[in-house]
Amino acid sequence: MQPQSDVTALFRAALAGGSVPDFVTAKRSNEAAQRFAVYRNNVAHSLREALARRFPVVQRLVGAQFFAAMAGEFIAEHPPRQPVLQEWGGDFAAFLTQFPPVATLPYLADVARIEWARGLAYNAADRTPIDPDALCDDRALNLHPGLQMLRLDHPAVSIWQANQPGGDGRVLARGTEVALIWRRPDLSVGVQALDLTDAAFLQALVEGGSLSDAARFADPVPMLTLLLRENQICTPSEDTPCKA
Amino acid sequence: MPLPPTTGLGFKPQHFASIRETRPALGFFEIHAENYLGAGGAPHAMLTALRQDYAISIHGVGLSIGGPSLDPAHLARVKALCDRYQPDSFSEHLAWSSHGNEYLNDLLPLPYTQATLDRVCDHVDWVQEVMGRRLLLENPATYVIFAQSEIPETEFMTEIARRTGCGLLLDVNNVFVSCVNHRTDPLAWLDSFPLDRVGEIHLGGHDEEDLPSGPLLIDSHGREVAEPVWALYAEVLDRAGSLPTLVEWDNDVPAFPVLLAEAARASDLLADRRHHAAAE
Repeated sequence: MQPQSDVTALFRAALAGGSVPDFVTAKRSNEAAQRFAVYRNNVAHSLREALARRFPVVQRLVGAQFFAAMAGEFIAEHPPRQPVLQEWGGDFAAFLTQFPPVATLPYLADVARIEWARGLAYNAADRTPIDPDALCDDRALNLHPGLQMLRLDHPAVSIWQANQPGGDGRVLARGTEVALIWRRPDLSVGVQALDLTDAAFLQALVEGGSLSDAARFADPVPMLTLLLRENQICTPSEDTPCKA
Repeated sequence: MPLPPTTGLGFKPQHFASIRETRPALGFFEIHAENYLGAGGAPHAMLTALRQDYAISIHGVGLSIGGPSLDPAHLARVKALCDRYQPDSFSEHLAWSSHGNEYLNDLLPLPYTQATLDRVCDHVDWVQEVMGRRLLLENPATYVIFAQSEIPETEFMTEIARRTGCGLLLDVNNVFVSCVNHRTDPLAWLDSFPLDRVGEIHLGGHDEEDLPSGPLLIDSHGREVAEPVWALYAEVLDRAGSLPTLVEWDNDVPAFPVLLAEAARASDLLADRRHHAAAE
């Protein structure tokens, strides 16, 4: 008798398109292939749908039919490695940069990076926002783990925004953008473009600089206001008073 | 605490606002463990709020208990989720969904042999030991049979429950789907299933395709529970008495009132049985 690992290995190979193993039967054996196709279809369809839920704007930009075919290629190369599907698809943006049929849509990978970052922000750990009176300007800030800044080669924030439900679907051709992605106090996820000075200010904070360090790049008021309003600065892990 | 012997619904985040506003009189909500394994944010905020008002059932879809091996890292994450929310029930499937380090996102069938029985029992023992709680194991909906199978499904599950002490989750739609697909009698299936081990019932909708030999039913969870499945459910209640009953609808999810109407139908059948039991 075959050990079970062989049975599942043969079943797995058949799901990927190999011939249906002869131990898979039905009362009428000539129906085995049609019956087996239910599993093959469930696996392929459910994974394509999971990827589409994770990257809805990429899907809107290329169309559902094209997306399904492209997802099939991605799944074959980068299948999920564990059962938490919201953690699957981190390779999708890199895959898009290498996938010849979308070479004419160079902004697509940047849109995928925004969508991936949105999922990370949505599921990021909960933190307690800092009391603004406890802010020190001389040390690194404890930024919210959902906060991410992406430097994009294409105007993908504008494209992402125009392709939200009800958007006009407009696609700008050129221009770099810096995306800020964060989880709002109401637990939804925000995406907005940053101007270059605000981006430099935030970059300094992300790299562990203090408010004083960051203020060398930009007027701190606009970004600091946004970060505090959106609960993006959290209580420090050690509670020591400011130096002065 | 076991689940109350009343009706529950599968929780969908798009229904959260309706649930909070209307506080429907349901016995419990069930969630899929794998959708709540992130660190924080909205999923946990919603589940925490639900937990305050309702009994909770955590239903795993990714442990691959029927497969060649368990993933200890995934098991540890599911355990942490259960430790955090202290659900009233934890359940999983007699199926496999991972092969090597690849997750296939479907509940795949296994042959029923002495070797697979030993393996599944080892896995159930392992899960129950790590989690420190009793597992309910759900009967699958299947589309094929294995030439290797030498043990009837009901006997296979009876033996798992006997050896491991686990409970069983009776998915009535799965019984109907599998029996129609394999041209066998669902009542005979019930005759040989240990109803005294059942800790929860699942009801869901199925789709139908045509094969030369007759219908092929597909466990799609995308529509109302079919009439013959309601009839089979009433039969189960006649035999087993009131049991916690979940209505599940996971694809093409409708507005919340549609789910409530399905739940109400199950509640009516449960109330009938309680009434009968009281009169006897």
